[in-house]
Amino acid sequence: MTSSPTPEDGTRPAHTPPDELHASLDSRLAPAARTWLAEALDTAATCSGPHEPYPAWEVRLAEAGRRCGSAHADAVRVLILRAARADMAALTRVYHHGTADERRAVLHALPHLVAGPEAVPLVEDALRTNDTRLLTAAVGPYAARCLSAHTWRHAVLKCLFTAVPVDSVADLARRARGDTELARMLGDYATERAAAGRPVPEDLYRVLALTEPEPASEPEPASEPASEPARHPVADLPGKESRCASSTPTSI
Amino acid sequence: MRIFDPHIHMTSRTTDDYEAMHAAGVRAVVEPAFWLGQPRTSPASFLDYFDSLLGWEPFRAAQYGIAHHCTLALNPKEANDPRCVPVLDELPRYLVKDQVVAVGEIGYDSMTPAEDIALATQLQLAADHALPALVHTPHRDKLAGLRRTLDVVRESALPPERVLIDHLNEPTVKEAKTSGCWLGFSVYPDTKMDEKRMVAILRAHGPERVLVNSAADWGRSDPLKTRRVGDLMLAEGFTEDDADRVLWRNPVEFYGLSGRLNLDVTVTEATHEGNSVLRGGG
Ligand SMILES: [Zn+2]
Repeated sequence: MTSSPTPEDGTRPAHTPPDELHASLDSRLAPAARTWLAEALDTAATCSGPHEPYPAWEVRLAEAGRRCGSAHADAVRVLILRAARADMAALTRVYHHGTADERRAVLHALPHLVAGPEAVPLVEDALRTNDTRLLTAAVGPYAARCLSAHTWRHAVLKCLFTAVPVDSVADLARRARGDTELARMLGDYATERAAAGRPVPEDLYRVLALTEPEPASEPEPASEPASEPARHPVADLPGKESRCASSTPTSI
Repeated sequence: MRIFDPHIHMTSRTTDDYEAMHAAGVRAVVEPAFWLGQPRTSPASFLDYFDSLLGWEPFRAAQYGIAHHCTLALNPKEANDPRCVPVLDELPRYLVKDQVVAVGEIGYDSMTPAEDIALATQLQLAADHALPALVHTPHRDKLAGLRRTLDVVRESALPPERVLIDHLNEPTVKEAKTSGCWLGFSVYPDTKMDEKRMVAILRAHGPERVLVNSAADWGRSDPLKTRRVGDLMLAEGFTEDDADRVLWRNPVEFYGLSGRLNLDVTVTEATHEGNSVLRGGG
């Protein structure tokens, strides 16, 4: 049995330029799947005008898992969406008509297909779920670029609540830096956990460190001048020593 | 003992059930769309339900290391409510989804003309989408219901080897077997079949094309009945291979006819502190 996509596999399509994605898929897909993909992309690229009831490429999008294997489905679906030049109306329709897997693929496609904030409602929809596969995809590069500060902070907190590794949060260090409101929310959450006698997720301290106004040591290149960390709420938090022992990320 | 429950309504069950099922050997389930107990009044509530069977429920199942697929349909009971029937027009866009492994559960409830139409229409939808069909037999007037069901199946575009006739019992098993369809048995605490009678049927009719399910739902039912049948089979002289055939290979073969069965599931840590299912509304 092959394993299901790891979180890393699941987030890569949002971070990889589509042409690279295509080349890498072509080298990994079985011959029949590669042929199917080529035809699906062709269908998507040539579909134009009115369709009854939906364009044919939407069926290709739905069946990508069984045609190419679940490990490759996210990348395949991103490529189909790009080939179809899916606009906001199409993205919104296939998201709402989609299975959780298809919705995840739409989220991965957003940074490649949508320039402005018009797809934020789709990200917000995914962030309202408790499905960690959707949450992980929702906090990708598009969210980093377009989410308001309030929504983004709640997204980060939700990751901590649902054990989505904060490594999934795109551009975390840049957006967290100097965010005193996020630091306050994290501190309150840590206090709440400690008061209940529960371990504080290790990821919480990582994000908290990143909220310092000066670049924190972890995510920055070595060329940055190392500065003495400022006085920070992390030092005052209770229960810092009781790390979550079972912070193994769910891999679905 | 590896178990595939080919008919169970997990939407109505708790995470305790998932945990107990995994401990009992259940590694795969198929959840047929059905009546929720409270009648629906519009297609929209079907669509939310279908979305849940393709989204949240497989996610919940995966948290417990169980592969989840579904069958979708307008159930026979609600086929009688004209407010619900338009969901038939929405079914085609759902029947192309990766995790849909059959059209179902369809069949008869009260054997009305509206049920005739819904059954025939959905058997055709199954044929159009290269899917098998899960057809249940009615609780009341079961033998007559079976005969009428088999007539409609014979007139359909779907060959019998792509049809699973469910909720069978002693009076209906012989005719169902002669039809060439797959044979489903639901083992319940006090209605339908029990495990002793199930094992007797297996002895009399053999394990070929037989599937055993718990059909567990919101009523009095037990999601571990599949395991009970397996245990009793072994206790009464059936081989491990017989039990594996009935409880795993037969359902894999039947739903595998869809070409969409994917039994790979990453076993996740169900007791994880941060588990989003355990965290409920978090
Ligand atoms: Zn049922």
